[in-house]
Amino acid sequence: MKGTYLGEFEEVVLLAVAIRSGDAYGAAVTSEIEQQMGRSVNLGAVHSALHRLEEKGLVNSQMGGATAERGGRRKRLYSVTIAGKRALEEIHQLRNQMWESIPKTAWS
Amino acid sequence: MSKEDHIPPRWLDWLLERFCAPHLWEEVQGDLHERYQLRSKRTSKQKADWLYFRDTISYLRVSIFKRKDSLKPILTDMLRNYLTIALRNLIRNKTYSVINIGGLAVGMVVAMLIGLWIYDELSYDTYHPNYVHIAQVMDTRTFNGESTTSDLGAIPLANELRTKYANHFEHVSLVWKNYTHVLAVGDKKVAQSGVWTQPEFPEMLGLHMIKGSRGALKDPSSVLITNSLSKALFGEKDPLGQIIRIDNMAEVKVAGLFEDLPKNSTFYETKLFLAWDKAVSTFGGGVKEAQADWDYRNWRIFVQLKEGTDIHTVNNIVKHIAQPHIKEGKEEILLYPMSQWHLYNQFENGQVAGGRIQFVWMFGIIGVFVLLLACINFMNLSTARSEKRAKEVGIRKAIGSVRTQLIGQFLSESVLISFLALVLALAFLWISLPFFNQIAHKEIHITWASISFWTIILGFTVLTGLLAGSYPAFYLSSFETIKVLKGALQIGRLATLPRKVLVVTQFTVSVTLIIGTIIVYQQIQFAKNRPVGYNREGLVLIHMNTPELYDTPYNFLRSQLLLTGAVKDMARSSDPTTDISYIEKNISWKGKDPSLVPLLGSFAVTHDYGNTLGWQIKEGRDFSREFPTDTGSVIINEAAAKLMGLKHPVGEHLSSPGQPDRIITGVVKDMIVTSPYQKTMPMLYMLEYKWSNFIMVRLSPSLSVHEALERIEPVFKKINPGSEFDYTFVDEEYAHKFSDEERIANLATIFTTLSIFLSCLGLFGLASFMAEQRIKEIGVRKVLGASVFSLWQLLSKDFVLLVSVAFLIAVPVSWYFSNSWLQQYEYRTSIAWWVFIASGTGALLITLLTISFQTLKAASRNPIKSLRTE
Repeated sequence: MKGTYLGEFEEVVLLAVAIRSGDAYGAAVTSEIEQQMGRSVNLGAVHSALHRLEEKGLVNSQMGGATAERGGRRKRLYSVTIAGKRALEEIHQLRNQMWESIPKTAWS
Repeated sequence: MSKEDHIPPRWLDWLLERFCAPHLWEEVQGDLHERYQLRSKRTSKQKADWLYFRDTISYLRVSIFKRKDSLKPILTDMLRNYLTIALRNLIRNKTYSVINIGGLAVGMVVAMLIGLWIYDELSYDTYHPNYVHIAQVMDTRTFNGESTTSDLGAIPLANELRTKYANHFEHVSLVWKNYTHVLAVGDKKVAQSGVWTQPEFPEMLGLHMIKGSRGALKDPSSVLITNSLSKALFGEKDPLGQIIRIDNMAEVKVAGLFEDLPKNSTFYETKLFLAWDKAVSTFGGGVKEAQADWDYRNWRIFVQLKEGTDIHTVNNIVKHIAQPHIKEGKEEILLYPMSQWHLYNQFENGQVAGGRIQFVWMFGIIGVFVLLLACINFMNLSTARSEKRAKEVGIRKAIGSVRTQLIGQFLSESVLISFLALVLALAFLWISLPFFNQIAHKEIHITWASISFWTIILGFTVLTGLLAGSYPAFYLSSFETIKVLKGALQIGRLATLPRKVLVVTQFTVSVTLIIGTIIVYQQIQFAKNRPVGYNREGLVLIHMNTPELYDTPYNFLRSQLLLTGAVKDMARSSDPTTDISYIEKNISWKGKDPSLVPLLGSFAVTHDYGNTLGWQIKEGRDFSREFPTDTGSVIINEAAAKLMGLKHPVGEHLSSPGQPDRIITGVVKDMIVTSPYQKTMPMLYMLEYKWSNFIMVRLSPSLSVHEALERIEPVFKKINPGSEFDYTFVDEEYAHKFSDEERIANLATIFTTLSIFLSCLGLFGLASFMAEQRIKEIGVRKVLGASVFSLWQLLSKDFVLLVSVAFLIAVPVSWYFSNSWLQQYEYRTSIAWWVFIASGTGALLITLLTISFQTLKAASRNPIKSLRTE
């Protein structure tokens, strides 16, 4: 397995998967990111990030149901693994810790 | 909104299906479509299509292309497995690998060197663009049923070809022999060889002009020179229009500069082309006298056939045109095409009869054999080791390999080894080529950039690999699975038979080569030991190539040289001591058979010739100044006396039409003048001062050669101030007569050594394998009391037997080939029986030495080590 370093985009994708928990497939994750960030995102980039995350063991996937919009094709549903959750928590904690370390005087 | 509008562009879907890995395709395509539907509801179809395109393109990435690793074995996986197994085998058996790869590489280097050599030989003269149309007019004359073919012809012959047969020939050109000329520009003097030629000749040769034109010799005062000569004379200055003084007697103007001819051109030595007419007006050279004389043959005639004419047809038309004009004998014309000049340089009865081409064949065959030896090594070692690989074959078969796969495996393995050998061979080739060029007297380059070179090399390597691997591949793959895995495989007598045959083949080739090489050396030594008839040491020849040398009075020069104290004696002669240029045919004597046309080599010499040369008078006396009547007398050699059939030749008269009779004053012992391999030519030595061309000086033996030359140089400088003091040593000239044969002998020695080396290498590997295979047997024998010597005997016996068989085959084969090679020499050694015995003993000794290392090692091993397992 590759190192578990998370890139910025990967982190965003992982968060989106967590938000859409239960219905996190390529198109859904992409629109979630687009909504949240307010900018358009490449489907291909999201997919490749999902594959990387899966390779790192941060998400796993299974084939889900098909819908008419998809031309009857099944979706691949991604879900965050325990390792993925831990990675997110670590990042969150790191960010918080850094936030709290900012001296009050920095903003004045 | 109709349903149709919600369908994304089809071609993008098609594209995605092409590049997307199959296991990802469904979700990707689904996601793409879902987003498209979403967008097409919100925006125009155009925009949705555009965004769809963008999304699809965004999938062009490696992670999407990459196919999932398949579990089914496919071809590349199997090949990778073959490769792994092959490399593991190579690494595990280091000795075998070194023998295999190294041996094969040596074989390849030899084959490549020989291939390059043959290519160079075959490409001789192809530099000339009119290669296929150029021919030289050869002149065959027949007397007493004996034909001699000469490259020199008469002027009227050339004129007749030019005028009467103009519809067959594009060009006809008379060309002088190649002579060394002294070229002077200011104080700078250079000696280079060149020819006087009619103006068409440079055009015929298709010289690559750097400056000026090929036709420039129409102006008689012009000269064409090579680039290298121009550099030597003028440096970086523009040579065009510069004046060069030739042999201190004529001035010519540089009118053209041409690229140096390559070493594999017949005209490589020719560095300058001078105008024929200039020669006629400067020194005459007998051209005027020879204008209508069909018997005055002193010039080379070259022709260029018209496009589309057949050389044989034209040859038949012109064959007999000289016959009506000549006085005696028969004369036939042969058009000798440029493509044959180099390789077919021997004539028999006026027809081309081989020559160098036999060396091309000889080395071609040796090359094939050496490569074969290397392949045999490979085959032998592979089959010998087959028992070790047998289990592997069994398991592969049990798992489901079919026979073709196993054949493929072993073939790919041997091709791999041959490629490893190729890499090594190319490195060897690169290192050895300079040495090879030196020995073979060549300038061969490897054309690394040429596609055909690589095609041949690679094709050749694959072929070698397949050839070497074929036997093991078919043999190993034929094992029966169950027998192999049960360990019941018996490599019986039949299996070792092919291996024995291969070893015998190897040693037959090696022993044949040894015998052949020894005989070549013996023949050279035999000819070298032939009494020359005079003393060659300290004998110096000076070519009289300037008018000053001709004009210096003989006695003055002689006394000046004697005064230096560095000279024992000096004489002049018409020819160098190592060549004949003029043959008399009109001599008659008392009691001569009228039908006999005697061919007598003839030299014009001075009184001191005999003393300077040191010849031995057998009968009568040498020329002497005390007998004024000696002027116009002649000395003959023993061969001439025999030809004339005179019991007491001294005092007899020799007559020749239009000339005063000459009286024989003495008979001199035969001396080798032309080839040391031929019978001695009957010779006439006439006392005649005015025909001299060479000054011969015998240096005083009390001084070193260097010192003596230093003392006589000022004498020549003084009388011949326009030229450098240029001289040749007679012993060196004489040694040149052996250079061809010696070159062959050197090359043969190298190839023989390599073939012995290869055979021994194979034997070494085989012996070590045998010793390993019989290790238990040796152990048991040792425990039961066998001595090291008896074990050594046991293990060596088989090989000695094989080598003996090879020897028995090699003897008649080599006898046949060396005997037919010797037939071409009139003066030849006889094949001594000891050569065969020595070669056989030598081969046997080498064999024993090679295998003893292994057998003794095996025999002296502690039996406990080999017996404790099991």
